Amino acid sequence: MNRHLISAGDLTKDDALLILDTAEELARVSERSIKKLPTLRGRTVVNLFFEDSTRTRISFEAAAKRLSADVINFSAKGSSVSKGESLKDTALTLEAMGADAVVIRHSASGAPHRLANWVHGSVVNAGDGTHEHPTQALLDAFSMRRRLGNLDGRKVAIVGDVLHSRVARSNVLLLHTLGAEVTLVAPPTLVPVSIGTWPCEVSYDLDAVLPKADVVMMLRVQKERMNAAYFPSEREYSRRYGLDRERFAKMPEEAIVMHPGPMNRGMEIAAEVADSARSTIVEQVANGVTIRMAVLYLLLGGETA
Amino acid sequence: MSDSRPDSRGPDGRAVLEAPDIHRALTRIAHEILERTKGAGDVVLLGIPTRGATLATRLGERIEQFEGVKTPVGSIDITMYRDDLRLKPARPLGRTEVPPDGIDGKIVVLVDDVLYSGRTVRAALDALNDLGRPTAVQLAILVDRGHRELPIRADYVGKNLPTAKSEKVKVYLQETDGRDAVLLMKGEAR
Repeated sequence: MNRHLISAGDLTKDDALLILDTAEELARVSERSIKKLPTLRGRTVVNLFFEDSTRTRISFEAAAKRLSADVINFSAKGSSVSKGESLKDTALTLEAMGADAVVIRHSASGAPHRLANWVHGSVVNAGDGTHEHPTQALLDAFSMRRRLGNLDGRKVAIVGDVLHSRVARSNVLLLHTLGAEVTLVAPPTLVPVSIGTWPCEVSYDLDAVLPKADVVMMLRVQKERMNAAYFPSEREYSRRYGLDRERFAKMPEEAIVMHPGPMNRGMEIAAEVADSARSTIVEQVANGVTIRMAVLYLLLGGETA
Repeated sequence: MSDSRPDSRGPDGRAVLEAPDIHRALTRIAHEILERTKGAGDVVLLGIPTRGATLATRLGERIEQFEGVKTPVGSIDITMYRDDLRLKPARPLGRTEVPPDGIDGKIVVLVDDVLYSGRTVRAALDALNDLGRPTAVQLAILVDRGHRELPIRADYVGKNLPTAKSEKVKVYLQETDGRDAVLLMKGEAR
């Protein structure tokens, strides 16, 4: 495996399966009363978060702590960054503190890639701009595999704001590697221009896609990015692309519903769909800790390059 | 480099135990466990993956066959507890499967194929510590090849096999390798 995890596209099928298989074994650790392993004792993991994100940060923190690593949380607010320090200087500071891994969330696409050239430790991308969020894709694939088994040939629909979604891009790349067939469903205004180069299908009609899907993944409507009027109104969006009870009924019986959270209930997903037994939304959170443990173990557990 | 391979050793090395020998050794160990634990009432067999887990299953079957007691059998992966993790790239994990009744208050018999430095067993003891508190922990081994680096010994031994540190011991089992045998292979001459 690569020393860094920057893009889901960097993972070979063997890498991806190794991470999923490792997570499968680690999931058992979360079920026992002592949820801690000594594996990364003496290693330091820095959570470098330039963008607000409670759940991803907590998830990485829990994962590192369960492996006995030391965790340093660094959030940009109230730090030297707000005093104008550059990313490179921040990176060198962390390097001097002896970080073995840096988990970075940044609003600029490509920031983790830059960081990887400056530090000796491993860099894990925890979301960069509208680019990628590889551990989210891994935990989604892990959640799918636990519910459905092998992902080969499975049909996955990813619905919503693809344009601003790093989750969608990472999922498309990873699911393609794992042999699943992905269809992106979105209003034309929320589909990126480069979509032709992605290994997936595109549809504008949710109702046509639903009856054939094994997995329906709803993306959050990022209201904070909706200032450019990508669709006429929230109600119209919800009517055409929201997963409500009627649409839910059109899905095959064993198909599952996913959402990376946080949800806008009543907007992209109806409350009763989100709370149904076929929704994996709560599992995804638990699986997030597990998959991040697997990633940290595989990046840091062995010899250091 | 001279070819130091004696005639009796094929390219696979010399078989020190064949299938019937392994069969007999496991049968004897099963009897010893029954004897030492007075009927194996509280015993939990935990094998260290991969081959230790297979051996634990076989011991469990024999104990049931001899006395009709169903002994809980599980596996305990020690990868995350190894002391040499940093010497090699990260390894894939094995399966840890603790029987539903747990190990608290039980006599845990750890099962592995080869006992060498003792470091694997030390790691297993650490791993056990995180799973519960057994009343006693015992160790069953198919082959003890010596060269201990820690104060650890086995309670049940299939065969004591004097070896040189440069030699390699390979255990093949039907379930994973298609045949039962223990081979002793010459290492590179030093």
